[in-house]
Amino acid sequence: MKRFAVALLAALFAVALIAALLELPAPAVDLPAAVGAKMAESGIAHPVTAVLLNFRGYDTLLEIGVLLLALIVVLAVAAREEAKQPAVADPVLQTLARIAAPLMLLAAVYLLWAGAFRPGGAFQAGAVLAAAAVLLHLAGLAAAWQKPGKCLRIGLAAGFLVFLAVAAGLLVEGALLQYPPAWAGALILLIEATLTVSLGLILAGLFLFLS
Amino acid sequence: MTSGLIFACAGVVLFAMGTAGVVLLDHLLRRILAFNLMGSGAFLVLIGLAQRDGMPDPVPQAMVLTGIVVAVAATALALALARRLFALTGGYGLPQSEAKDGND
Repeated sequence: MKRFAVALLAALFAVALIAALLELPAPAVDLPAAVGAKMAESGIAHPVTAVLLNFRGYDTLLEIGVLLLALIVVLAVAAREEAKQPAVADPVLQTLARIAAPLMLLAAVYLLWAGAFRPGGAFQAGAVLAAAAVLLHLAGLAAAWQKPGKCLRIGLAAGFLVFLAVAAGLLVEGALLQYPPAWAGALILLIEATLTVSLGLILAGLFLFLS
Repeated sequence: MTSGLIFACAGVVLFAMGTAGVVLLDHLLRRILAFNLMGSGAFLVLIGLAQRDGMPDPVPQAMVLTGIVVAVAATALALALARRLFALTGGYGLPQSEAKDGND
């Protein structure tokens, strides 16, 4: 009975929302034109990357903060359980991981570079890096994940700290994360590069510290 | 009806399915999956509406990219808490639903 009632309510909810979507008025603010007008000052040629790291850089700064916070909580909760040794890996998997990991690293660097002028960027590159790290761990080739050392911890926090340092440095100019147009490209590349490394480590850590 | 609107409507259906799942399911892992389905539906609505006029709008796309990463973080946090709950109570249910399981 409860199951039926909830399903009926959810269906009514969906119908009402779809009806609202179909009646949606045209947007009051023309955002694509606003983004296009400022593209020349953004230091980046691809609009999505420009919005992520320049026009709405504040969101991205908070986002990497949220990720880091989630990882710290996962570490704190998981630390009380004893770390278990992974099973001895299959030699076929090890060989595959040895071949695939450098290619995944190459793909990640390409994605990071492509983010300046076509779909791509720090998040996609970080996801590929995380997949490479998980593959290496499953093959038993990355022992550092068993007990996170100082280098790993610095790498996890570097993206957020560099982003925060740039934001704090730009406060001198007047506004948070308002890049001077001449420096915008270089600053965004610096932030994106460290973000990629940190995102890859954090995403892999969220998976591996839970496993 | 453009393809963008069809995507948005599919997102609404996903969101409604996820909502029903969160209410109906007892197992915490299933509830987290249903919550993720709600998130995916919301992202699909944003992305679909962003391109309903043909030209894609970069602002919602960037918002969804940010949202996906935050959703991953929230899911990992929920999974860690669910595991902690399992370590403490030996079950993947919230207390009142566990009492119901015990009667079955």
